[in-house]
Amino acid sequence: MATRILTESSLDPTHAAYDQVLPAGEPWLHRVARGQVLRILDLEGNQAVDTLFFNADDTAERYSANDTIRAQGNLYLTTGTRLLSSEGNPMLTIVADTCGRHDTLGGACAAESNSVRYALDKRCMHSCRDSFLLAIARSDTDLSKRDLTSNINFFMNVPVTPDGGLTFADGISAPGKYVEMRANMNVFVLISNCPQLNNPCNAYNPTPVRLLIWDA
Amino acid sequence: MPDTRPEPAGTDGLDPVRILWTESVPGGCHWSGFVKRQTTLRLTDCDGGANASVLFFNQHEKLERYNMADTLKGQHTAFLTRGFVCYSDMGRVMCSITADTCGWHDTICGVSNATTVTARYGNHRFQEHRNDMYRNGRDGLLVELGKYGLGARDLVATVNLFSKAVVDDTGALVFQPGNAKAGDYVDLRFEMDCLLALSTAPHPLDTNPAYAPKRVMLAAWRSDAPGADDYCRNFRPENQRAFRNTEVLYL
Repeated sequence: MATRILTESSLDPTHAAYDQVLPAGEPWLHRVARGQVLRILDLEGNQAVDTLFFNADDTAERYSANDTIRAQGNLYLTTGTRLLSSEGNPMLTIVADTCGRHDTLGGACAAESNSVRYALDKRCMHSCRDSFLLAIARSDTDLSKRDLTSNINFFMNVPVTPDGGLTFADGISAPGKYVEMRANMNVFVLISNCPQLNNPCNAYNPTPVRLLIWDA
Repeated sequence: MPDTRPEPAGTDGLDPVRILWTESVPGGCHWSGFVKRQTTLRLTDCDGGANASVLFFNQHEKLERYNMADTLKGQHTAFLTRGFVCYSDMGRVMCSITADTCGWHDTICGVSNATTVTARYGNHRFQEHRNDMYRNGRDGLLVELGKYGLGARDLVATVNLFSKAVVDDTGALVFQPGNAKAGDYVDLRFEMDCLLALSTAPHPLDTNPAYAPKRVMLAAWRSDAPGADDYCRNFRPENQRAFRNTEVLYL
């Protein structure tokens, strides 16, 4: 694996306009305005944070994993990555990253995919899609299941090999690692702090993350 | 009198009695249609270098659709070939790849759009170029999805049949020209009643400096239900469970 470039932020948490801890297994749907900076901090290490972005002014425009990786010619997200929309517009730009690499191929866990991946009787374990669906059902947005598509898994390590193999590998994050992004447009941020217990994406122990927002 | 007419391209080796229909999709164009469970669709790259970006929806509940992430992580792969299946977001098998002379089908690069095609090849409008105008994958798929009341919210990551891009140790995506040769084909055996949407616009990372999309032949035939010893069913234990989830739907 190539050397990961780590970029620290100069933003001071005491100046943040928003600063909350999101427990494992909880969703978070929040509007981030153009120019604001969002930081996701991995409090205890190796915690996958499943994240989707929507244009807050037209939710049919949304984060596109394919367009993002194709435009930068690289599979992994880190400092400098422009998170592109389905319309090819930059939604947010990653401006700091002390983890160095984030996944956007692995998607979110769901009851149905858990039944396939692990065992039929794993279907009723809590999952990211349950969190996503509950968050949008409770919201006053026009989001629905149609809008749930390939997400970002911050802090998750899903290496792809030159011969096309794909695995969920042990995490490369650690307590205190964070990723920070500046919004290029008004966005809804939809997060599921992943409750998956069946693979190493959360080190088999889902933990809280801290979410901070700075004003422009 | 024996029928001495030549077989249409894309049906070599198939039992003519089982063939339901054939169709040719010119390069750059788009197509959609319903393909029933226990039907196999052969897509043939007649000339070499084709790209067929495809999406699958459950015909009866179009909220259920092909899911790139579930397909990849469920089978521990970043590409598709014989043995792999396409999972829906509901833990079911939409279709199985029962034959493949090509060896690699791209799942991660998505499709071209109007901006990328114009930037790469220039603007060739209908007004000047008639049906030789330049088309792109996103608009083609949006047209097809619109015929069924679907739209941009339903346009998810495609499978790009016949195309190959590899990922190196640094994560860089590298397009591999010449992946599909003239006559290469892939067989998709449908395990669910599906809506199929397809675009033959160039792959978004195609390195050919000229806009030169290739035609794809479609041939559908009635195929048998996959048995207990089916190759795709037994390709991975995950597939066995996904087949079970699928078969329950049709009881």
